[in-house]
Amino acid sequence: MTSTPNPPHAARYPAGGLAFPHRDLIGIGQLERHEILFLLDEAEQWVALNRQATKHENLLSGLTVINAFFENSTRTLLSFEIAGKRLGADVVNMHAAQSSVKKGETLIDTAITLNAMRADAIVIRHGSSGATQLIADKVDCPVLNAGDGQHEHPTQALLDALALRHALRARGAAAEDFTGLTIVICGDILHSRVARSNLLCLQALGASVRLCAPPALMPVGIEAMGAEVFHDFDAALEGADVAMMLRLQTERMSGQFIPSAREYHHLYGLTKERLDRAAKDALVMHPGPMNRGVEIDSEVADMIDRSIITRQVEMGVAIRMAALDVLTRRARGVAGWGEAA
Amino acid sequence: MKQQQPLTIVAGRLVTPDGIHDGALRLVDGLIDSVGVDPQDGDEIVDAGGRLVVPGLVDLGVFAIDKPAFHFGGITRAALMPDQSPPLDLPSRVSYIAKSGKPDFWVHPLAAATRGLEGREIAELALMREAGARGVATGRQWIADAGVMLRLLQYAAMLDMVVIAHAEDAALVGSAVATAGEIATRRGLPSAPPEAEAIALARDIALAEMAGARIHFRQVTTRAGLALVRAGKARGVQVTCGVTPAHFMLSDLATVEFRTFARLSPPLRCEDDRQAVREALADGTIDVVASGHDPRGPEDKRLPFSDAEPGMAGAETLLAMTLSLVRDELIDLPRAFDLVATAPARLLGAPAGALATGQEADVAIVDPDRPWVIQSAKMEATAGNTPFDGQPTQGRVAQLYKGGVAIKR
Repeated sequence: MTSTPNPPHAARYPAGGLAFPHRDLIGIGQLERHEILFLLDEAEQWVALNRQATKHENLLSGLTVINAFFENSTRTLLSFEIAGKRLGADVVNMHAAQSSVKKGETLIDTAITLNAMRADAIVIRHGSSGATQLIADKVDCPVLNAGDGQHEHPTQALLDALALRHALRARGAAAEDFTGLTIVICGDILHSRVARSNLLCLQALGASVRLCAPPALMPVGIEAMGAEVFHDFDAALEGADVAMMLRLQTERMSGQFIPSAREYHHLYGLTKERLDRAAKDALVMHPGPMNRGVEIDSEVADMIDRSIITRQVEMGVAIRMAALDVLTRRARGVAGWGEAA
Repeated sequence: MKQQQPLTIVAGRLVTPDGIHDGALRLVDGLIDSVGVDPQDGDEIVDAGGRLVVPGLVDLGVFAIDKPAFHFGGITRAALMPDQSPPLDLPSRVSYIAKSGKPDFWVHPLAAATRGLEGREIAELALMREAGARGVATGRQWIADAGVMLRLLQYAAMLDMVVIAHAEDAALVGSAVATAGEIATRRGLPSAPPEAEAIALARDIALAEMAGARIHFRQVTTRAGLALVRAGKARGVQVTCGVTPAHFMLSDLATVEFRTFARLSPPLRCEDDRQAVREALADGTIDVVASGHDPRGPEDKRLPFSDAEPGMAGAETLLAMTLSLVRDELIDLPRAFDLVATAPARLLGAPAGALATGQEADVAIVDPDRPWVIQSAKMEATAGNTPFDGQPTQGRVAQLYKGGVAIKR
């Protein structure tokens, strides 16, 4: 498998660095459709590499990637760490769960400190919306948003798109984009950065998106972002091609939003019977971690031909490899990507 | 410093409550001696050169005493909110603050309505009135307990003190930092419905009516809230309200870049609410425009939006922003100075805020058309947290007098 960073569909994008003219990856909201497709196409080579026995490249050899996580995370941190290491970067993880980091200047000071250590890319997760941008404004290297508050989680949306593309292609579809597909995102939309990023990404790729949640967990004015809003999950599922389930983010809830997990499951749990309302062979997605028996039943989560939940995890590493590769090209002096820093 | 020599400002356009008059203004012994007369022998003469001569601004509800910024903005008196550290909930603190600005600036302390501003026990309002408090304020917060609020209003009515209230239902607001709507949703900011304001207003207007109290809402920022104030006034409730320039100049669009200088309390509203504020300024529903001056440094503002403290440094831009309403032909000049001087002075019972015989000689000479650019980095205030950074505007103070004495700037 080739390891050179030549996009597989070079004709689809502007040449060289114009294909992705951003220093940072803060949100899907800042990306054009062709930039999203560029990252997906770039990730394909890493999907292939990751399926080989020897999963290593030296593209980022000598570069330092810092994963600065101000909020607890297991899977996303691991995924970024593996992505960086498979590309040969020196990866350092900084755990700074917010309880232990004093607010105030500390966040900016942390950014300045990381910058002074000459990181070549910084991956940030933070509990406050906009925190990643704030840090990006203070540092000289590319910044990747691994989730900021309830704002965006761009690599999650990209990996979801890649997983969906692979599932569709495995069924023989061309899946150049998602035109004609109806995708339901159901769960705690209000507190979900995954929902926002996915809404933007899936729409940019041509899909119709239905959002489903009880009123208290549906953000006001989300229709203005082009989504169709449902409170009745059965109605939302009618004829849908994909059901993407989100967990209840109880850690972000102040006050009571639903009476009980049991009642939530009664209204919004994805059961096998409910899934029958969707299109035949409809796919099931979940960004994890799952609460089995609450938003999704085990027998649905584990359906071999329908659930692509583990494929999402697999694609996460490839997408993050692609993002790290693309964003460091300028610093590495890749031809056509501008001067080395 | 006391005024030593009579002073007459000639060739000015005097903005008085009953209109604009060309002529002279004579200041003697710290008071306005006469309006529109010729100077007398021995007077110091100042030529206004055809510029506006206006009352010094009275800023109702500021969070810090920041003299250079107030003087820049033509403000000669400010009512200080009790949200200090410690809160102004004891007579000793009030009397200390009441003297703190003299001689060239007067601070009117607002007594904390409740001990520690916690909304539970009514503070010693009568003793604080003796100590110099000109009004009572609930602080940055709404008093959630209706029983406490009713007893507070009854007590303040007995003492003839105005109650300055914050109208946002605390339970609905929670930890929100934005108004629910498309902008907050796109940015993923914790938000509260704008109805939190109307709900709080409806309760407090009803309680004030019941108590026969004077109530002033420092900021009313929504169409629904303003309709409640308008209706209350129409049926004779002693209700007044104010706003800061942020809510008639900006909508929540100003927060799209997570710019914390636009993090305010109440938060910026949608465009329709901004238009409603402008309509209420035009039709007289809004009585006061204040700066809400709250200078905050990087430790409070250089943070993610939802972690930043609310507030803006507004003293320097209050006059120019209010004059923009005149340029937009929403209001006339006498009404503009009623909003920023006469009405707030009346609410506080201060003998100032208008060019009239016997009033304190707090006077500004203003060049209403002088252009300038608001620059956060170059402000007089202790911090430059203005949501208007980079905006060109018009209207500057040329000279300011406090009690007939020129303030050196």
